[in-house]
Amino acid sequence: MKKSLLALAALLFVIVALWQCKTRGAATSAAAGGDAQKAYVPPGKYDEFYNFVSGGFNGQVSVYGLPSGRLLKIIPVFSQFPENGYGYNEETKAMLMTSHGFVPWDDEHHISMSLTNGEQDGRWCFANANNTPRVGRIDLKTFRTTEILEIPNAGGNHSSPFITENSEYIVAGTRFSIPMDDQPDVPINTYKQNFRGTASFISIDPNDGHMKLAFQVLLPGINLDLSRSGKGPSHDWFFFSCYNSEQANTLLEVNASQKDKDFIVAINWKKAEEYAKAGKGQVKKVRYAHNTLDEKTHTATTKWETEVIMLDPKELKDFVYFMPCPKSPHGCDVNPTGEYIVGSGKLAAIIPVFSFEKMQKAIADKNFEGEYDGIPVLKYDAVLHGEVQKPGLGPLHTEFDADGNAYTSFFVSSEIVKWNVKSLQVLDRVPTYYSIGHLCVPGGDTKKPWGKYVVAYNKITKDRYLPTGPELAQSAQIYDISGDKMKLILDFPTIGEPHYANAIPAELLMKNSVKFFKLEENNHPYVAKGEGETKVTRNGNQVHVNMTAIRSHLTPDNIEGVKLGDEVYFHVTNLEQDWDIPHGFAVKGANTSEILIMPGETQTYYWKPDRIGVFPFYCTDFCSALHQEMQGYMRVSPAGANVPLKFSTGEPAPAPTESK
Amino acid sequence: MHDMKTCHFFLVPVLALLLLAASCGGSDAPADSAATPATPSSNAETQMLAEGKGIGEVKAVELKTPLEAERVSRGEAIYKMKCSACHKLDGTRVVGPGWKDVTKNRKPEWIMNMVTNVDVMLEKDDEAQKLLELCLTRMPNQNVSIGDARDVLEFMRHNDGEK
Repeated sequence: MKKSLLALAALLFVIVALWQCKTRGAATSAAAGGDAQKAYVPPGKYDEFYNFVSGGFNGQVSVYGLPSGRLLKIIPVFSQFPENGYGYNEETKAMLMTSHGFVPWDDEHHISMSLTNGEQDGRWCFANANNTPRVGRIDLKTFRTTEILEIPNAGGNHSSPFITENSEYIVAGTRFSIPMDDQPDVPINTYKQNFRGTASFISIDPNDGHMKLAFQVLLPGINLDLSRSGKGPSHDWFFFSCYNSEQANTLLEVNASQKDKDFIVAINWKKAEEYAKAGKGQVKKVRYAHNTLDEKTHTATTKWETEVIMLDPKELKDFVYFMPCPKSPHGCDVNPTGEYIVGSGKLAAIIPVFSFEKMQKAIADKNFEGEYDGIPVLKYDAVLHGEVQKPGLGPLHTEFDADGNAYTSFFVSSEIVKWNVKSLQVLDRVPTYYSIGHLCVPGGDTKKPWGKYVVAYNKITKDRYLPTGPELAQSAQIYDISGDKMKLILDFPTIGEPHYANAIPAELLMKNSVKFFKLEENNHPYVAKGEGETKVTRNGNQVHVNMTAIRSHLTPDNIEGVKLGDEVYFHVTNLEQDWDIPHGFAVKGANTSEILIMPGETQTYYWKPDRIGVFPFYCTDFCSALHQEMQGYMRVSPAGANVPLKFSTGEPAPAPTESK
Repeated sequence: MHDMKTCHFFLVPVLALLLLAASCGGSDAPADSAATPATPSSNAETQMLAEGKGIGEVKAVELKTPLEAERVSRGEAIYKMKCSACHKLDGTRVVGPGWKDVTKNRKPEWIMNMVTNVDVMLEKDDEAQKLLELCLTRMPNQNVSIGDARDVLEFMRHNDGEK
């Protein structure tokens, strides 16, 4: 058995090797060894780039340093995070509220950095939730999620949160078409009549980043996959790839792969914006959550939104067009000049590159091959710049450098291929380990790519690292792209399942990084600004403890008078005013995670005692030489007991009394 | 935050020197490292330390009599928020020493430098180091501005019975 397996493995190896020789004419061998020098960041030195990497099924965004691949931070966005209490403490529970109730998890695929004039400005990072459609905003001063907006009339928020050149809008496009929210209960096999896709445009307030669902564009029941905004000449446009133009509702693996071509959907968002502002849209009654974190109260609240403007391109003409694109396109990427749109058919053997200029002309000339569900379809040849021939198998995504080159990931042939956007010539190819999904060049989706590296985020890991049982970390590789040939310099494991990522120069962010929150500006309703403001109060069966933490004691640390049936809220204010001095807090038996309180912040820990007794609580983050001493006790007495509410710190023990 | 934190303060300057010695191009050291790198004491600094004024931006403090009432009340508010957790107003030591008579035992410059430049004080000032050995908890940097420290000083004078 073992022998035959080995033989099979050897045979497979030979086949793969032969096949690779065949398909990879000019393959470089630099990949094997790696050039660790180029990824080496000496102790105490900083990385050149922050790499914001989507977490996929962990619902978080992780931040790595490039080129070292060191993990710097995990930012919880759509998932609860017991490590710091996000989604567990009373302040942040509201962030995960939706019209479906509290949703503690999601599938986070893509991120976008805020842009000014098409260049990264280092203000915000946006993230999407695919499962329960939402978009989130991370503040890059605090590296915290500060806003989450739910998307109505949507299923599978995949082509999101891609952004326009001046952060006017981020988008949310539906991977799963569904019946709209106002007529939800229909037979599934009436898909073609009743199911619709939507492309949502979410405006971004230029001052504070606040999101608002400005309008939705109603589309046929196709699956929107990925998207990119235009740039420069194509500034007013947004491009979405789509598959399932067959409009299948079952066995899509077969039924959505019937047609030779699907589409790239081109939406003139400027025109759509005009229609919406002119009141041409239909106002739909919906219900969705809009959650925001207040920086001063350190507390999130949910606002319920009830309306959305819907624009139907069948009625409001001339702002949506379809461009035929071969074989279930996935990536839909616009080069830095904004002239070329690269469609990547997952099952195609070529990469079509569309010309924006030609698209404009075809629209002006009405050079249509027909209509799809009432929307004009442009002629493929009329909008095509050209095709990259024999680039590899299974193209997925494309990023760009500043020198006119494109870098496309190939899932099936497991490689990155560098090619020239204008000449469409393949210039170089390197293997990835294994089966790359997304890739990232710093600034590679903007008008101003920083270049230097391309990072591969792989779907299959297999033998890259020490085995860890059936489940493995996802692998990533960094390649140096400063020369003509791509060179592997580092291989590193990641957390979650990375999809898309952005990298931004360190100096754009580090100068703005908040070190602590000012106590003076803390407006939390239960803040204790100093130990003099600590107290314990009872309101019915609710007991509120306004507590402080500072190296190395909690105040109050002896509390009595709580009774079975009470609900206790510990509002802990960290009195420290220095960088990197968080305190943690936890109580024995609590059905929640710890809280981790940053300097100057107040966080609330909910605890409902389930029995009488004396319960220790303590600081969970090693803070000082006397951290082990940072503890206290809460006494819980029977319901109806006559123990008065009492609290103290440092109170001397009473004089010894006679033993009973 | 790790338990090595307190050691960083002493290690970083040493490491920085080692790195400088070991590499020819070590000029791109992070501008904002966790601790201020040690710089050789200048004559002026040595003089300040010898005079019991500590080390930091505060070179000379002008005290007025009678006390400035507005400063006293502002200083008291800052004390309550940022200091009272560790310092009592009488002579008892809790986490840090009690404040009674601090203005009689220390120069005003020393007090203000201790409040505003605590990390360097704990490294270079003998009296500050003695207090650390006594209390075994590093006084936290509470990010008190020079102006706020002056108000706190006025409140300390008030606490010590000055009028």
